[in-house]
Amino acid sequence: MIDFTQSQLERYSRHILLNSVGVEGQLKLMNSRVLIIGAGGLGAPAAMYCAAAGIGTIGIVDADAVEVSNLQRQIIHFTEDIGSLKVTSAREKIEAINPDVTVEPVRAFVKASNIEGIIDGYDFVIDGTDNFATKFLINDACVMKRIPYSHGGILRFNGQTMTVLPKESACYRCVFHKPPPENMIPTCSEAGVLGAVAGMLGTIQAAEALKYITGAGEVLADALLTFDALPMNFRKVKLQKNPKCAVCSEHPVITELIDEQQIVCDLKK
Amino acid sequence: MTMVKVKLKLSQIEEGDTLDVLLAEGEPLESVPRTAKEQGHRVEDIRKEGEYYHVIIRK
Repeated sequence: MIDFTQSQLERYSRHILLNSVGVEGQLKLMNSRVLIIGAGGLGAPAAMYCAAAGIGTIGIVDADAVEVSNLQRQIIHFTEDIGSLKVTSAREKIEAINPDVTVEPVRAFVKASNIEGIIDGYDFVIDGTDNFATKFLINDACVMKRIPYSHGGILRFNGQTMTVLPKESACYRCVFHKPPPENMIPTCSEAGVLGAVAGMLGTIQAAEALKYITGAGEVLADALLTFDALPMNFRKVKLQKNPKCAVCSEHPVITELIDEQQIVCDLKK
Repeated sequence: MTMVKVKLKLSQIEEGDTLDVLLAEGEPLESVPRTAKEQGHRVEDIRKEGEYYHVIIRK
């Protein structure tokens, strides 16, 4: 029988009151496993909302240590955490927000050789990474292992996000095909990003994870949401699966995982 | 918290079964039947007994 402690009933009361979440939805959240790749600008708010929502197990992947330049947007890390591993800092905050959550910290950068083992067993993945090579790798791995995930990207005042239901909806590669040439698109460390824009996008990604798990509403599948925070314009572009997609089509040409950066370098040579 | 507790109890009974909720006069007496209806349940009876009201909700 479904049961909650008095404290859980109070903690999750605002979810339980929601018609499309309710007791059953909250129970699904508490039994779910969400992996957040990158404990940075997107991963920080995503992890905090997942923790507050009572996601049963949160995996968090990052190999970096906290730097002072992170603190303008990576709100899971505090000034006193400078020099600590991001996964350690994130774990402490997640546990402080909600002791019910089991945290699985992974101190690594995802790459072709380790990503399958890292994402295995999770119900939903949140891409909070900051480079194209890893975004394509996460897409390909999630498609191959049929794990739904949320893509997210931010730069300056802009954000974009889509949710991929492998083999059912358009994947990142259906739309963007391959990473842009190296150095063509600046990174946030070169071009800057408004801290709150990271919060907006990471929070949308957390909402997508919570919706997917509870079944509430419709996730951002076959759609790309973009926003420009300067005029605060939001746009939702409809997408379709690409029947010739290199990874999610009937006859994919990509059948094993590769580190995209290598390809870009090789092409240049 | 009243409605949260009612929702938990409703989740623990079978479709078609009824829940007898005992409420004192006040805000929950208005909101619980209203919310229960909104969420697709049937409020079959509200009757006063002593100081309390019985609200009968069929899942």
